[in-house]
Parts: sequence; structure tokens; C-alpha cells
Amino acid sequence: MAKLILSVDGQVLKEHTLSKERTLIGRKPHNDIQIDNLAVSGEHAAIITILNDSFIEDLGSTNGTMVNGKPIKKHFLQANDVIEIGKHKLKYFNDAPSQTSAADFEKTMIIRSPAKPAPAQGAGPAPAPGSTSAAERVPNDTLNNLKAMAPEVVKPAAAPSAPTAQPDHAPLPDAAIQVLSGAAAGRTLDLTKNLTTIGKPGLQVAVITKRPNGYFITHVEGANFPTLNGTSMGAQARSLSDHDMIEIAGVKMEFFFKR
Amino acid sequence: MVNLSQALQSASLTDPGRVRDHNEDCVESRPEIGLYVLADGMGGYNAGEVASGMATSLIADGLADSWSAQEVDRLSRSEAMALSERIVREQIVRANTAIYSTSQNNPECAGMGTTLVVCHFYDNFVSVAHIGDSRLYRLRGETMDQVTRDHSLLQEQLDSGLITPEEAKLSQNKNLVTKALGIDPTVEPELHVYETEPEDLFLLCSDGLNDMVDDEEIRLTLLTLRSNPSLTVQQLVQAANDNGGRDNVSTILVRVAEPFAVARGWLARFKALFR
Repeated sequence: MAKLILSVDGQVLKEHTLSKERTLIGRKPHNDIQIDNLAVSGEHAAIITILNDSFIEDLGSTNGTMVNGKPIKKHFLQANDVIEIGKHKLKYFNDAPSQTSAADFEKTMIIRSPAKPAPAQGAGPAPAPGSTSAAERVPNDTLNNLKAMAPEVVKPAAAPSAPTAQPDHAPLPDAAIQVLSGAAAGRTLDLTKNLTTIGKPGLQVAVITKRPNGYFITHVEGANFPTLNGTSMGAQARSLSDHDMIEIAGVKMEFFFKR
Repeated sequence: MVNLSQALQSASLTDPGRVRDHNEDCVESRPEIGLYVLADGMGGYNAGEVASGMATSLIADGLADSWSAQEVDRLSRSEAMALSERIVREQIVRANTAIYSTSQNNPECAGMGTTLVVCHFYDNFVSVAHIGDSRLYRLRGETMDQVTRDHSLLQEQLDSGLITPEEAKLSQNKNLVTKALGIDPTVEPELHVYETEPEDLFLLCSDGLNDMVDDEEIRLTLLTLRSNPSLTVQQLVQAANDNGGRDNVSTILVRVAEPFAVARGWLARFKALFR
């Protein structure tokens, strides 16, 4: 569960776990996190937590709320964000599963829509008390609905991190194709995109794919396969090495690494 | 009955990915009647694949039988549309009942369920049904659109304006679906009918693809390799695995190679005999 650590001038004052859907921060005593300082408004900011995600919203405070040095009205909190209210700092920690363990623990679950009445035979699990229709469920009733979640209904799902994590590979060197014959002879084509097609559409086309583990060429269309170093490529993807010779649609070209 | 396997070129591929040791996704294609079904199962140790397998085979078989039993070639276009929509819905409801009762009667299957996308093509239209977060994309010209809208908590947050699409990419709540097949005794699939155009590409996929590969890269892959559906699906699955492959990845790609309007009236039908 996510938590906030309140500090001032580097001195830790307290730790607060974000267990409620709405956590109030302000000077007055009824706030969940009370900061007794005149620079802080009575009700200064609120943190809305929906499952593993938290948002901070400034409640029209006099002196404003900053996150990572920038003033915000509303902000989607990310791990290690620092909220500043006057001289006080609140650091946001979210011990969500790390990327390696995520695959084992992060399972897709069902949140039921309990608005539908159970059918006559009553075979279905009873809808959770206090739940409301899907339309008005988010965000205010999310926690109610969590109670209606079937905990055993899990599906292995992709880990929640953004799809940017690349497997460990040495950075791929840049590569290019130089045309050796035909009208475009002498031209070079840098292989910067993940997919680069070469050849003549409708006649013979191949694609060069740039992958973490190298460059590959694959036949795309045309009755005959292009040749690689003088032999037919076949339908399978072929790995490209420095100075490989490709012949496609009657044009010879050379693949090479740039250095 | 018109055979659609000429007009519609298709390819499908399902892969466990690089982290999971078994595949809970399931795909089923019936090109002759223009039917494509993809399901992503969940629940239990191996029950997810029971649910997705039941869903795809029950819907494909049931729809093939009840569609062929009708003299659809004699129907007007709007009647055929209504019939397609009705039969798709009926078969989904039937599969839901079967999966739900299996999970009630077999403790090892308790709580299993599956997401679903179904496409049924006929007479230059496609009926699309979906439940959960499996998706259908369409590439028309150079533009790719997401045809289905996920039944997920994240989508509800997006709809209510709580979160922006950029923030959604960072969300920890990607794995919560609000609807699934086989979880409750009743189900209401979302169903729409769309017109098709020649050279349209339709991509059905499980969330293992769109969580690992962003939409722009999917679009470029479809655009670059549009003439070769089987290479396109290989390329998409490979891209998901190159980016980590944290979930099962499944794709079905359907390319509208030529229009598939149904010949109507006695003269047209007579001519069609000699085509």
C-alpha cells in the first residue's frame, strides 16, 4: 500500500499509509494529515487513492501545492514524488510489485458490476451491499466495489509497468543499406525505424526489422524470394551480418553497420 | 452460402509470451463464414484456458451451425445484419451459461472466466461483439482506430476524466476488468455493426499485445506489412516479446482483400452461378 512520509527541513515527522479513498491534508485538526503551520490552509489538499493509483488535488489553498518543484492543481502521483506544502515535504512511496515479481503477483481481476439484479434462481453470488450502478461507480464507489471483487478470479496479465522495459542487450549499432545497382545506385538508406521495407510494391518486397538482438530481413510479397549472399532467402526471417549482399526486385544492395 | 475465404485474407497467432509457462488465450477462425473469435482466459491454475477454449469453440461451432441453418442468401441486407447480430448475441449468452455452470460444478474451475472479441463478416459489414479488455483495431487508409472500448476500471477512469491517456500508461490499475464471460449467470456483450471497405485491416488482440506494444507501433506494423497478414501477426507477437512479453499474446488479422457483397435478385444469383 502506498504511503507518505512527512518531513520538514530534513526531519521526519510522521508516516501515513494511504488506506482511505480520500485523505485530507490541512491545518485544521479534522484532517487525516494535520500540518499545524500558518502557511498551510485549513483544508489544503486531498489525495484520492483508487486501488494502486493515487492522485493529489489542491483544494484551492492560499499558498498552493507543489510536486517535484512545480505548482499543481491535480497530479497523478508516481513513486518518489515529493509534495511540498509550505516548508513541509511529503514524499510518496508506492511499494507496488517490482517488475520482476510483477508477473507472479499482478493478476487481472474482475470487478463485478453488481447493479444487475441477481437472476431468479439466485445461483449467483449476492451483490455487495452498498454497491451502485456502473455509471456512478467511479471514483466515489470504487472501494465499495472492491468488496464485491471475486478474489479467486484472476488472470495472468502483463505487469503494470509501461511497455518501455527492454531486455538486457548491448545497444544495437546503427546500420544502413547501400544500393549498388539500378537507378538509385550509390544511395544509402539508414535503418532507423523498427521496420523498413525495401523492393518494389506488387513485385517483390522485403522488410528489415530492427530488434534488440539484431537486424533481420523477411520476405513480404512477390512470387519469388529475394536472395541473400546469392542464395534464396526463403520465407523465414534471416539474421543480417555486416556486408551481407541482398538482391531484391533486380537491385543489388549491401547491409552494413555504421561506425 | 457464399464462401468468404477468398475475399477475406486472415492469419492468427497465439503465444505464451516470455514469462508465463502456459497460454490461457485461445483463437478460432472460420474463414468460410467470415467468423473470428479471440478469448483471454482467467482464473484458477489452468481453468483460464478451459474458459477461453470453451468460449472460442462453443461460439464458433454454435454460430456456424445456426448461421448455416438459415437461408441467409435470401434475406435482405438489413435482415442479414439483424440476424448476424442476434445469432452472435445468442451464442455468447449460450457460451456464458456453459462456462458458468462448468465453474459451478467443478471445484477446480471455480471462478474461471474469459474476455472475448467476436467478428462476424457478411455482405460488406462486420458484427463486432466484445466483453472485457480484449480489443479490435481497424486500419483504414493510414488511420488506425480502436473499435472496441475496454470494459475496465482504467477505461472508466479515462471516461470520467479522472486520468489522462498519458497518465493511463503509468497506471497500476491496468489489470482490472469490469466484465467477463462465464463469471455471472447472465452476461450482456457489447455489440455493434460496422460497414467494411476493401483494404480495411481488422486486428483482434488480447491485452498482451496492446500492453507491450504501443498503438503507433501497431499501426506502423499494419501499414508496412499490410499485404502479408501472416507476417504481420508474427511481427506483432515478436514485438510484444521483444518488449518483455509479460503476458500471453494473441492476434487475429483479417484483411478485406475485395468487396464481399451478396448477389441478390434472380438475375444476379443466376450470374453468380457462372462466376
